[in-house]
Amino acid sequence: MNLDFSEEQEMLRTTTRDFLTKECPKTLVRELEEDEKGYSPDLWKEMAELGWMGLVLPEEYDGMGMGFMDLIILLEEMGRNILPGPFFCTVILGSLPILEAGSEEQKKELLPKISAGELILTLALTEPSARYDATGVATRAVAQDDGFVINGTKLFVENAHIADYIICVTRTKEGASPEDGITLFLVDAKSPGIRCEVMPTMGADKLCEVVFADVKVPKKNMLGELDKGWPVVQRNMEQAAIAKCAEMIGGAQAALDMTLAYAKERVQYGRPIGSFQVIQHYCANMWISVETGKNILYQAAWKVGEGLPATKEVAVAKGYINEAYKFVSERGVQCHGAIGTTRDHDIGLYYRRAKAAELAFGDTDFQRELVAQQIGL
Amino acid sequence: MDFSFTEEEERFRAEVRAFLDQEVTEEFHQELEERGETEFSREFTKKLAQKGWLAMAWPKEYGGGGATMMEQLIFSEEIGYHHAPTGGHRQGINLIGPCLIVHGTEEQKREYLPAITAGEVVWCQGFSEPNAGSDLASLQCRAVEDGDYYVIDGQKTWTTNAHRADWCHLLARTDPDAPRHRGISYFLIDMKSPGISVRPLINMLASHDFNEVFLDGVRVPKENILGEKNRGWYVSQTTLSFERSGIAIPAGAKRNLELLVEYAKETKRNGAPLAQDPIVRHKLAEMAVDIEVNRMIAYRVAWMQHQGLIPVYEASMSKLFGTELIKRLGDIGMQILGLFGPLERGSRWAPLRGRIARACQFSLGGTIAMGSSEIMKNIIATRGLELPREPRP
Repeated sequence: MNLDFSEEQEMLRTTTRDFLTKECPKTLVRELEEDEKGYSPDLWKEMAELGWMGLVLPEEYDGMGMGFMDLIILLEEMGRNILPGPFFCTVILGSLPILEAGSEEQKKELLPKISAGELILTLALTEPSARYDATGVATRAVAQDDGFVINGTKLFVENAHIADYIICVTRTKEGASPEDGITLFLVDAKSPGIRCEVMPTMGADKLCEVVFADVKVPKKNMLGELDKGWPVVQRNMEQAAIAKCAEMIGGAQAALDMTLAYAKERVQYGRPIGSFQVIQHYCANMWISVETGKNILYQAAWKVGEGLPATKEVAVAKGYINEAYKFVSERGVQCHGAIGTTRDHDIGLYYRRAKAAELAFGDTDFQRELVAQQIGL
Repeated sequence: MDFSFTEEEERFRAEVRAFLDQEVTEEFHQELEERGETEFSREFTKKLAQKGWLAMAWPKEYGGGGATMMEQLIFSEEIGYHHAPTGGHRQGINLIGPCLIVHGTEEQKREYLPAITAGEVVWCQGFSEPNAGSDLASLQCRAVEDGDYYVIDGQKTWTTNAHRADWCHLLARTDPDAPRHRGISYFLIDMKSPGISVRPLINMLASHDFNEVFLDGVRVPKENILGEKNRGWYVSQTTLSFERSGIAIPAGAKRNLELLVEYAKETKRNGAPLAQDPIVRHKLAEMAVDIEVNRMIAYRVAWMQHQGLIPVYEASMSKLFGTELIKRLGDIGMQILGLFGPLERGSRWAPLRGRIARACQFSLGGTIAMGSSEIMKNIIATRGLELPREPRP
């Protein structure tokens, strides 16, 4: 057993934190909330130069060949800073399924470009049924000529408005089970028949409605095998859930740090409010949520990174951290008093992110049902 | 990072588990309950000593096994999972033994340590008083010098196992004029000394674990003071090296959760198994999440100790989280058992032999004993998060 990060990992954390503190101040975060694109192409380029997009990709695809835990560190720091933009959808939802299920040709074509920051990808899974299981996939892909034609509506697709490729999860067959008959396609986002619209959300996270109307996709753009795409989605959902947990814990840590600093400096009744026991106990509870969350995150992330079965651990972590982040950010607002409820104060940025992140890749009820199955119920 | 145990550690776990499966049976639990000793068994403590496990993480020179903190963690996790009784040795192994190792004279170490590692002597702790609970430093029990002796007068309370113990480690005031932390001394007292009387305090479960202890002119030889006179507070605050992970709590909770899962699968209510009821599934899953989280904090605390670090507020977190968790589990367990929940052992209708009803009552003490949840939060806030201390009047 070794529950410490390596020296290299500690260094990765420090350099990531320093870089984001400098290059992604809250002023930029706020600016990008209002921005149509929602990301800064200059910052994106710098991140690519640091090797972040290809961090876990093998060197043969111009990646850095680092591990999943390294990516977790990066994501924690991104969550701490609320880095806006398409990193999550390009790297977690885009490059990982290609790495797992892509043909050698697809990998050679796409992964080096992802590493170089030249491509933005996203995953279109959820639909108006708003569920993360195979039953929710109604978008059809039908074989025609030497390709497929896709029809359907995808909802809550991250950053589809700026994506170059959309990995579209489609139904190609009515199989014996909902999981049977799912196929993934790499769809050029500029294909005729695609209509994309950004949905206004409280997290300002550029979730899109993407309508596919007779969108033609060449057969070579099928990702993985025909009708057998669900296991790829399922594994990616586990990776995404735990990656989201890392962002959330980073955000929770930032909300706690801000609150502690405020409690030490804000004076009422002639003393810092942090000397009042009730505030101390709120802060103790917040710290416990963050620390416990980290430990459960790292265990699950380690299992995912090692390729071990991690369904239970991921569900435990996401189910727990969903509630932890919400709790910490809400208590953070409470300790800040009225100023915390304003649009101008940074603590509110975390509160809004916590709510959005809770729902992504399975809310708490969803995760608890998975846990129930895992403990034999 | 690496969350896996070595093959050797896994072998050790299997060995401990096999032993406990054989020893800590349902019949064994029943026998202890009938004797009114649910948490206490001298025989079991001795068996652990014979296995060399009782003081496994103590240094070898003091009769310990020199095991690593991770091995100790594994052992404690299995003990917790099996709900094995630890009352016969907890005070000796976890508290007074390590204090003796740090502060004892060579003579004291020779005198007391071998009996602890052999599981032959039971200790109790004379700290709390009627007017000194969380605010322990306000204790009033007096010790006055008289020739080669100290004469002790006062009252202690919540003294677990005082009626079974051979010895007591006790704090008494030796200088009433000094600032309150600086006038306390630490004594080792033979419970057979004249002037000691023990009166039972019966807990909610109707079981006799706590006591009041009255000391009336108890003469204690001067060589039985531990550490320097008037430095007893600091002796009691020794950053102890015993395992503080708190792993036994989530491990024990995991066992109870498994029993509840079995119950939910086997029990039909309104024509369908309870296990199919979404509310029941949800509640049990929520507990499973918290138990896993608790386990990981405990691992973190043990890991810190393994690295030679002192987990002051991390250990407080584990204690706080675990003791609060088992109260929730008791409550949820009772909800799932429904009207059958409150039935006690002895009723043929009692589910799980009344285990959940017992857990539900027994768990109340956890968030009060050994530093209440509120005290744990104070420690985390002031020592861990460095929030300013509350001004004292």
